[in-house]
Formats: sequence, structure tokens, C-alpha cells
Amino acid sequence: MLHTRPRVALFVTCLVDLHRPTVGFAAIRLLEQAGCQVEVPRAQTCCGQPAYNAGDRATARDLAAGILDAFSGYDYVVVPSGSCGGMISHHFAGLFDNDPQQRTRAETLQAKTFELVAFLADVLKVNTVPGVYQGTATYHDSCSGLRELGIKQQPRALLASVSGLTLTEMAEPEICCGFGGTFCVKYPDISTRMVSDKTKDIAATGADTLLAGDMGCLLNMAGRLKRENSPIRVRHIAEVLAGMTNDVPPIGEGRS
Amino acid sequence: MTPPSPGKDAILGAIRRGLKRSPLPDDQQLGLRARLAAHPRHLIPARGQLPRPEQVALFLRNVEKEFGTTARIATLSDVPSAIADYLAANNLPTDFAIAPHPELEAIDWTLRPLLTRRPGRAQPTDQVCLTHGYAAVAETGTLMLPGSPHRPTTLNLLGDTAIVVLRASRIVGFMEAAWDLIRAENHDSTTGGFMPRNIMWVTGPSRSADIESTLELGAHGPRRLHVVLIDDDPAALLTDDPTTLT
Amino acid sequence: MLATSPAFKQNVKGALADVALQKALAFTRPNFSGKRTAAVANLPEFEQLRDVGRDIKNHALANLDFYLETWAGNVEKSGGTVHWCSTADDARAAVLAICQRVGARTVTKGKSMISEELGINDHLEKYGIEPVETDLGEYILQLRREPPSHIIAPAFHLNREDWEESFRASHTDLPDDRVFGERRDILTEAREKLREKFLAADVGITGANFLIAETGSSVIVTNEGNGDLTQTLPKVHIVLASIEKVLPTLEDACTFLRLLARSATGQDMSVYTTFSTGARRPADLDGPDEYHVVLIDNGRSAMIGTEFQEMLRCIRCAACMNHCPVYFTVGGHAYGWVYPGPMGSVLTPSLIGVDKAGHLPNASTFCGQCESVCPVKIPLPKLMRHWREREFERHLTPQTMRTNLAIWAWFARRPAAWRLATRIAAWTLGRLGRKRGKFRTLPFASGWTDGRDLPAPEGDTFFARYARQQRDNQA
Repeated sequence: MLHTRPRVALFVTCLVDLHRPTVGFAAIRLLEQAGCQVEVPRAQTCCGQPAYNAGDRATARDLAAGILDAFSGYDYVVVPSGSCGGMISHHFAGLFDNDPQQRTRAETLQAKTFELVAFLADVLKVNTVPGVYQGTATYHDSCSGLRELGIKQQPRALLASVSGLTLTEMAEPEICCGFGGTFCVKYPDISTRMVSDKTKDIAATGADTLLAGDMGCLLNMAGRLKRENSPIRVRHIAEVLAGMTNDVPPIGEGRS
Repeated sequence: MTPPSPGKDAILGAIRRGLKRSPLPDDQQLGLRARLAAHPRHLIPARGQLPRPEQVALFLRNVEKEFGTTARIATLSDVPSAIADYLAANNLPTDFAIAPHPELEAIDWTLRPLLTRRPGRAQPTDQVCLTHGYAAVAETGTLMLPGSPHRPTTLNLLGDTAIVVLRASRIVGFMEAAWDLIRAENHDSTTGGFMPRNIMWVTGPSRSADIESTLELGAHGPRRLHVVLIDDDPAALLTDDPTTLT
Repeated sequence: MLATSPAFKQNVKGALADVALQKALAFTRPNFSGKRTAAVANLPEFEQLRDVGRDIKNHALANLDFYLETWAGNVEKSGGTVHWCSTADDARAAVLAICQRVGARTVTKGKSMISEELGINDHLEKYGIEPVETDLGEYILQLRREPPSHIIAPAFHLNREDWEESFRASHTDLPDDRVFGERRDILTEAREKLREKFLAADVGITGANFLIAETGSSVIVTNEGNGDLTQTLPKVHIVLASIEKVLPTLEDACTFLRLLARSATGQDMSVYTTFSTGARRPADLDGPDEYHVVLIDNGRSAMIGTEFQEMLRCIRCAACMNHCPVYFTVGGHAYGWVYPGPMGSVLTPSLIGVDKAGHLPNASTFCGQCESVCPVKIPLPKLMRHWREREFERHLTPQTMRTNLAIWAWFARRPAAWRLATRIAAWTLGRLGRKRGKFRTLPFASGWTDGRDLPAPEGDTFFARYARQQRDNQA
């Protein structure tokens, strides 16, 4: 039982910042309603994955060092993304193999960094959320969240507590959607095929809504669904859990 | 005395450069030799570690799972009728190649005079081959068939049908226990050790799924594998009345 | 084997348009992964065995020189001969020398990926020796002069019609009008044809799944029986094995046998697992007169002591490619060389150079499926990332990518500049896309928009909105 309000720093992620701020505000609402004091360090840009996965370790290290500085001193760091959360919590320490002091700081940060839904369910033991949502949703398991962070049952458990929402599963929710960061523009043929296979699976569920915890995957899948003229509504899970779906149209849809 | 080998020096040198060291010092080599001599076992699945009756039953179930067939008989003297019955039931010829194993030669084959045995290695024309099982592993339904003058390897391979006569007492729970048997029992005069030229571990008849991922039996090896099990192990027999078990 | 890996992108285009291939991929994928899943579910100890396997392999690699020397000494004690070959040329020469010395005309072959790597067949043919692949899948590929597309099921990309067509074209002594009623008929014909070759072969060449230091043995793990016929019938048995195959003891091998078949085909044990130790013994009634092991380095020792050493744990089970969404989109031939899929993407640059094979470790989303099923826990995505680092250091990354990355990095390091740039981008795209909510096309973004719409952003950035809210709250 937490006797004082945990001090949580929100790592917004560059895609939420640039593309869909509502997700960041939904995260804040969920964390505050669960009893956290939330701050958003201003000196944050990107977790560095694009550089890291492109082989540019130097840039990745610089960005990680900046994050170590900006996010020190909090009880927890929470991230509305499995891939950015995984980058910080699993890959930062390895960037400082030659610098024992930084490495220790990175390990400390790693231990207190969590993806949003995992944090709510596993650390704060939240089991109901304020959200209400009329619809049938299917949930895509983003790769890093699933395989690096073990996020599988938590989003489903929290979605089950959203009144009005029915959950239905894809045949293969765990298969990669084909985003992979720069992969989707370096190997567009392969990526388009992978995301088309995924949207076929999504459509076959009969769901009217697609949810996931990673903006990269969501932009990729929403983009393909819209190209296919699909009416399926795509949202980040945080928007639904926080009951903020009236604040912003689904991803890829205009304001009517 | 083996001649110096520049190839060997090059490869070992390259490996040592990668490992950033010279040949291992004597004490470390001693440690590794001790590990070899002790040949320690690692994690062994619980699956095959059962009481004897269940172990034998597991072995037979696994053979059948892998598309083999089985028959259970009381003693060696029942072998000829078991063979005759099997060949008749499958419409197979009554002549077969047979391993020149003393136990098989000691059987009274006159009980089934229509069976024609040809002891020795298998020939390409043999349709049925019968060999003697050295041991078997319950965990996977696998027969251990070390090649020897008494157990020519070709008997496992050339015929369309392979029959193996196996004593239940030679079924062990897991492969490591089978290795222990041959370590203890076999002496190979060529190496001074226990390994024969070849040990085939056989699990079911030959198969392939190469054609449109569809399983077919009898790719190059035998299409049928039949195990005739001799119940020579009283501990492996279930008594009918469970209340009499002590 | 000649590598077409530099042409990966063109290979992919062809693969995506190949209807027969796509059909085979869709049909085979659930088979491969489903069988492994069922086999693993049936063995509660499987996860622990992965750790044991990894540890045994790491131990063997850390002491590779010792174990290879021990193994070689035991091969010689059993009457066999070890040919230590640093390069592919050495290996080809060694194999040819043995075949020529015994006057071999026909050589049967068990399935061996390393023999593809070394181009053994082409080399033998050049000198008038007929190599005959006896594994069914390799046999038909040899008839079609096609490379394998998978390391366990090399011809899974072919359908029945391909088999029948190739058999009719090659088995010209059989009546042209014969009917292949069932798949079984194809198998029967192959069995008869190849049985002739098994019996006629002067030399049999197999690979080796493992080498056992304790006894000087080589191990093959097969299902068809062709590997055993190849090594038992001819007068000479040649084993092709690379240096990292060695394990210390028979008990060590037991762990790998529990991991291998389950990971590869979902079997608890393959039909034939055979340990060979030297040539026939004086009183044996069958078996080869000579036993040779051509031990090959071909770039593997160079991996030791580097960040790629972990790749040497690979036991060639194919679980990684069986679970790879990229592999099952493009198939094995697209990778352009012997080893496809995730393990191929890590190994190929080591063996043929990252300048030639650079696409392979890049064509991955790092989804992590491969690593999660690898029986010896090779961190495949991490190793692919290391290749990307090597490419970046050597400036092999395409210039546009480097430039874009540099621009992005400049902003990412400077939060104030980033704030401004993102506000501008969000506002511009937000305004342009507000009504429809998405873009069908966008300048400089065709890589994305060729295949999907680009959803429009909300229009202001999180930080701008947050700063406004903070100001309003304080007001």
C-alpha cells in the first residue's frame, strides 16, 4: 500500500507528442486517478530507438544520457508505448558499457521505468478504469511490449473493466504488424504485405475498433485500414481506458 | 604418429586468437578431461522416469505414436509365431534377412517351418529384415541399434519392413540410461573404448514430409517398423489385482 | 554457392508476385509453428532445457580448441581421418582428393547445408564425378537446379505439379504417360530411382549435426533414412562438419537431441539419429571401409571473440525462420544464399561479408519472435543490430538514410529546437489533414504512402498543449 503519492515522470514519446497529444493527457489522467503525482520533464525528445536500430550507437547514447539527466529523482518513469518503454528499460544500460557510472544510473532508471498499462495493472494494481466505450474492440499485441515487457494479459484485463466494451481476439494478435520503425520505409513491399495480412485478420474479427499500446503500430495499421476504406476505428488504448474518446477522432479520421 | 598438419595449426591458432589466449594451461585441461571422464548428465525430463510397467507401456505407446506397430509376447520361443502372424497379417513374404545374433539363433524356428531366414547383413532384394534390439528408450519410443557383427546396420535400412525383437528388460526410461548400458557392456577393440562403428537410434519407420508438407512413410528406409517385445521383466508386468501390489 | 543477397530488394519483388510461392508459404506457415508449439507444450522441461543447451554450447565454444583436438584424436583412434580445412577451397580440394583416390564415379549425399556453402556438387561435377542428392527435397532441387529455400524442408516452396513435371523431365527411362495418382506415387518413384544410386555409390557424403569430442563421433539427425544409406553402403564415408559443431560428451548430445527435433519439426525425436565413429570394424558385416571428416572453418573462427560469437551456438533447427513474419512473406530464396531467415541474416554477413549481405540484417522489424523460439537462446535481433552498427561505422548505410538520420539527431539532441520543429510540423500537417484526417500522398513520404494512408496529427504538440495548460492553471 502506497502511503505517499508516488512521483511519476511521464515520458511522452515523440510520436504521441507530435501526432496524438491526447494519449499523453489520457496517461496523465489515468495515473492521477490512480493516486500518482505526475510531472512531465520538458527536456525530453525521443528515446533514441531510430538511431539505435539504425546502428548509430553514439547518437543513441547521447539521447539516453539526456534522458538519464532529465528523469532522475522520480519514483517511476511511465511511458505510453511498449517499444519506447522497452528501449529505456532494456537497452539503455547496454549503451554505457564503457562508463560504469552512467551504466549504474541507467540501471537505476531501468528498474523504475514501466509501460503505462503494465504500470497501472502490475504496480498500482488498478483493476477498474473510468472509461466507457460502446463497441467491440480487438487488441493488437505490439512486439516490444509483448516480448520484451511481457504485456499481454494486463491490457485485456483493464479493457474488460470498460463498460460497454466487448473484446474479441484476432486469429494472430501477436504477429508483427510490419511497422518496425524505419523498416516500413526501407522495405515498403514487405511492410505493406505484413500490414495487409494484419488488417485482414482485424477485419475478420468483426470488431469495429482496433486498439494497441504503441503509436507506431497504430499509425501503420490505421493507415492501411484507411487505405482499404475500412470503417474500423483505431485508437490508443489509453484514450479508451481514460474515457477520452470524445476528445479526439479515431486515428486517421477527420473531425466531422 | 600423426603427421604435422598445417590446416590443424591454422584452425586451432585462429580459434585461440579469437579466444585471446594460448592453449589452455595444464590445470584447466585437467578440469576439462575430468568433465569428459565424468560425462555428467543434465536435466532429464520426468516423462520417462516412471515405474517399470508404465515405462514399458510408455515405450510401446510412443512407438505407435510414431507409426510403428508392436506385439507383446511372453518368451523368446514365441518369436517365430509372432513373426509368422505379423507377416501373414500384412501380406508379406515369409523369407527375411535376420541378424546373426546368438539369442535369435538359439530360438527354435522349426515351430514355423514356412519362415525362411537368411542370417547376415541385408541385401538390396530383402523385403523383410529382422534385427535384435540392444536397448530402447521409453521417453521417445526409440530403439537403440548399435551396429556389430551380430547386428548389421543394413538390416535397419534396406528392407521395406523392419522387425526388431526386444527384451522388455532392456527398455530404459531415457537416453542417458541407454548410453550407460553401452558404456558398461561394450568393448570395441579398435578404439579401446565402447563405441561401435555406428549406433542408430530409430523412432518409427522412415518418413518424409517434403512433398507439399504431407507426411508419407517409407521415404528411403523401411515403410514399416514392427517391435516384438518379450516380457522378460517381471517388474514390468502389471498384476491384475492392484490390491496385491506391495 | 553464388550469393544474390545484394539483390535482396529485387528478389523480394519477385517473391511477392510469385503466386505459387505465396500459396506454399501460407500453407506451410501454420504447419511449422503449430507443430513446434504442440511439441513444446508436451514437454514441461523445455524452457529449462533451452538454458542448459545455451550453457553447454557456450562452454564448448570457450574451449573449442581443446574439444576439437580431443575429438580429432578420438577420430584417429577409431581409424578415421580428419582433414582440417580453413577455407572453402581447402574443403573442396580435400573432398575431391578422396573421391579421386578411390576412383569414385557416383557420390551420394545426405542433406548438408555446409555442402551448399562450399559448392561441393559443382566442384565434383567439374571433375566428372556425379553427386546425387538423396534427401527427397534436395533431390528435386538438384533436378531443377534450384537452391534450397529452407534449411530443414528445402523444397517446401514446390507443389505437386512441380515434382511431377521434374520427374517426367528427368526420369526419361520411365513411360511418359505414367500417372501420379497420389503423392505416394511420387515418393515411390523417387525411392526406386535413388535406391539404384545408393547401391551404386562409391562414396557417401553427409553433414553432421554434432561432433562428439569424448568419442570422436559424428551425429546425423534425419527422417528419411537417406543419410544412413549414404553413409553405410558405399566404401567411403565423408562427413562435412564445421568447427562449431563439437560437443563434449554423449550426455551433452542428449540435451540437444531433446531440443532439435522439437524445434525443427515438432517431433520428440527424429526417425533416425545416428552416431558414427570411424570405419567398419574388422568383424562387421557392413559399413564403409574409410571414414573421413572434412572439418571446415570458412569464417567461423573469425566470429570467435567478437559480438557474433553467440551465433555459433546455432544448431540449424530452423525454428527462427519458421516463426519469422518476414521470412513467410518473402520465402527463402529472397535471402540470396544458403541460410535464410533470421539465422541467415546474422550468419551470412559473417561468411560472405556485410557489404554483400547488408540487406539481410536490415530487413527485420526486430519483432523478437525468432529469439523467443531459438532453442539455444541466440539474441538474433541484437546480433542483427550489431551488423547495422558495423554498416554505420563503415558508411555502408545508404547516404540519404545517413543524412536524414543526422538531421533528425541534430534536433533530437536539442529539446528547444525539437519543440519548435515539431510544433511547425504538427501544425502544418494538422491543418492540411484536418478535414479528411489522413493523407493519401505526401511529398518525400512515398515509402509510406505507396502502401497506406498517413493519418493526420492532432495539430498541436503535447508539449505546446501541456505548457498552455500549465500557464492557464497558474493564471
